[in-house]
Amino acid sequence: MADDLFNSFMNGPDENGRFGDFGGRFVSETLMPLILSLEEEYEKAKTDESFWAEMHDLWTHYVGRPSPLYYAERLTEHLGGAKIYLKRDELNHTGAHKINNVLGQIILARRMGKTRIIAETGAGQHGVATATVCAKFGLKCIVYMGAHDVERQAPNVFRMRLLGAEVIPVTSGRGTLKDAMNDALRDWVTNVRDTFYCIGTVAGPHPYPAMVRDFQSIIGKEVREQMHEAEGRLPDTLIAAIGGGSNAMGLFFPFLDDKSVNIIGVEAGGKGVNMKMEHCASLTGGRPGVLHGNRTYLLQDDDGQILEGYSISAGLDYPGIGPEHAWLHEIGRAQYVSITDKEALEAFQLSCQLEGIIPALEPSHALAHVMKIAGDLPSDHLLVMNMCGRGDKDIFSVAKHLGFDMSGPEGRVFE
Amino acid sequence: MTRIDAKFESLRARGKKAFVSYIMAGDPDAAVSLEIMKGLPEAGVDIIELGLPFTDPMADGATIQLAGQRALESGMTLQKTLDMARAFRQSDDTTPIVLMGYYNPIYSRGVDAFLTDAKDAGIDGLIVVDLPPEEDAELCIPAQAAGLNFIRLATPTTDDARLPRVLQNTSGFVYYVSITGITGAANAEGADVGPEVARIKSQTDLPVIVGFGIKTPEKSREIAAISDGAVVGSAIVERIAAGDSPSDVLAFVKTLSDGAHSA
Repeated sequence: MADDLFNSFMNGPDENGRFGDFGGRFVSETLMPLILSLEEEYEKAKTDESFWAEMHDLWTHYVGRPSPLYYAERLTEHLGGAKIYLKRDELNHTGAHKINNVLGQIILARRMGKTRIIAETGAGQHGVATATVCAKFGLKCIVYMGAHDVERQAPNVFRMRLLGAEVIPVTSGRGTLKDAMNDALRDWVTNVRDTFYCIGTVAGPHPYPAMVRDFQSIIGKEVREQMHEAEGRLPDTLIAAIGGGSNAMGLFFPFLDDKSVNIIGVEAGGKGVNMKMEHCASLTGGRPGVLHGNRTYLLQDDDGQILEGYSISAGLDYPGIGPEHAWLHEIGRAQYVSITDKEALEAFQLSCQLEGIIPALEPSHALAHVMKIAGDLPSDHLLVMNMCGRGDKDIFSVAKHLGFDMSGPEGRVFE
Repeated sequence: MTRIDAKFESLRARGKKAFVSYIMAGDPDAAVSLEIMKGLPEAGVDIIELGLPFTDPMADGATIQLAGQRALESGMTLQKTLDMARAFRQSDDTTPIVLMGYYNPIYSRGVDAFLTDAKDAGIDGLIVVDLPPEEDAELCIPAQAAGLNFIRLATPTTDDARLPRVLQNTSGFVYYVSITGITGAANAEGADVGPEVARIKSQTDLPVIVGFGIKTPEKSREIAAISDGAVVGSAIVERIAAGDSPSDVLAFVKTLSDGAHSA
C-alpha cells in the first residue's frame, strides 16, 4: 500500500471526474442531469453494504467467482523464464470479465427505477453479458453493434437474440465499436427518462470510468489473495489486453500502489503501428482528444477528426482508451505496448496447444506479449496475465485467418 | 456589443422574431455551401449557424451525420470552415455567424489559436454540443474573454435547480432544445415548448431561441410565436442532400423565415 495517502495512485478521479488532465464529462446538456444523478446514486451504493452484499451473492452464485488463478506449467516450461499464472476470467458465466461490471450497473439501474437498458458492444461479450443480466432481471435490453462486427461475431449476435435482446446493427462510420457507441449515445439522449446506458468499458463520461473500474477490480483483489496463498507474496508483473481497458484496469487497480509490481497493458497493433493507422494502439499511435464523454488518447488526424483504427479483434477495435490508462501512461506508472494480429494469432494457437485453453483474440494479445518477455525473466519472477475471455466466439474468424475450411466434414488446412 | 446582440436589438425594435438557419460548412462542397451561405440573409435568415464537420456527431441524427460525412469527404477542415466565414464577411458584415459543432477539432487545433482565428474570421458565437457548464474552463470562459458569445443549450431535462448553472456563463442567446433527442428526429410541440421557454425567460434576460424538430414554415411560425425565434437545420440540409440547387434551397429557406417572421 501507499506510504501515505497523498502519494497514492488510487485516489482518482477528482470531483470533476479527472485523472490528471484526462476524463471529465464531455456530454450534451440533455444527458448531464442524468450523469449527475448516476454519480450520486453510485456514491451512495459504494458505501452501502446491502449493494455489495447483492453483488457478491451474484458474483458467487451466478457468475462463478472467484475465478481461478491458474499456474500455466507447460507454457512456463515452453517459454523457459518467468512463472506464468493465468487469471481465468474466461471461466465466468458468459465467458468473459464483462459480466463483473454489468451486474453492478444493472443493480444500480434497478435502484434508479430505469426499465430499459441499452449497451454498445464490439466483440459481443459485453452485449451478451448485458443481455444475460437483463434476462435474469426481466429488463428490456437493446444492444448496438457495428454492422461489421455483427458479421464477424455472428455466434454472439445469436446468443444475444436468444437471451431476448434486440440487436441493432449500426451502419454509420465503418460499423465498429466506436459507431455503436455513437448510436447508443443517440438512443440515450432520446430516451433519457427511462433508459440506463450500461457502458462496457472504463470510458465515457464520469462516473463511468471509475465505476466500471471499481466493479472490475474484483479481478485484481482476487489475484492479490490468490497469489498470496500460492506464493506467499505479490506478483512481479501484471499483463492485460486493452481495447477500452476494463479488464486491465480491473487487474491493475488494486496493485497501483505496490511499487514493486510491474504493470503492462497490451494494445492492438493490428497490421503494425504505422502511419496508415491500421491498428488500434491509441497510446502508442494517438494523441489526446475528446470523444464519447471523456478526454483521452485517440486515433485522430491533424484536424481532430477521429480515425477508425483496425484490429483482428472486434473487442479491441476502438480508437480510444479509458482515461485512467491515459493518465497511468503519462505518469509512467504503467507501461503500454502493442501486439500485431499475427503475433496474437500465434499466441492463440500456443494457448490451445500447451494449456488446452482456447482464448479469445483479446487476451491472445496479452499472451503474445507474455511470450515476448517471459523467456528473459528469472524463474522466480511471478507473472500474471488476465485470460479475460474465452475464444469460442472467435473460432470462425480464426479459421478464416488460418485458411481452415469449416464447411467440409473434415476441414482442410490450405497451405 | 456583438453582432448577435445588435441583431436582437434590431429585431426587438421592429417587433420581429428571429429566424436562425443551420447549414454544414462544406456540404456538399466548399464552393456550393459558400454560395448558399451568402444567400441566407437575403432569404430572411437573421442568424447563421455554421456547422463544423466532425466524424462522430453524437447529438445529431442521420441527416446532419451524412452532411458532415459529405463535407469531410469534400475536404472540409476547421481551417476551411473559418475561411468560409471569412469569405462571407467580405460581403456581409452584419449577419451573425454562430459556429456549431463538437469540441475535438477545436481542442486539436488548440483553444487559444482557434479563438484568435475564429474572431478574425468574423465568427460571433460558438455552440459546442459536448461542453456542458461542468467543462466551462475548457472553452466557454476563454471564448467570452476573446469577445465571442458562448451559447448554451438548455433542454427538457434541465430542471429548475440546474438552470442557473446553465445560464451562468451563457451569452448572446439561449438555445432551447425542444425535445429529448437528436437533430432531425421528433417534432417540436408548441404546447410543450411554451411553458419551458417561459420558465427559462423567468431566469434570464437573454433571448430564448428554440431548435430541434422544426421542419415546416407552419412549425417555424408556431414556435417563433411562443419564443424569441426558431432554428431550422435538418430540413434545410435534407434539401442540400437531395441535390437541390442553391436557389431552390434558398427559396425553401425563405418560406421558413417568412413563417418565423409572421409570428
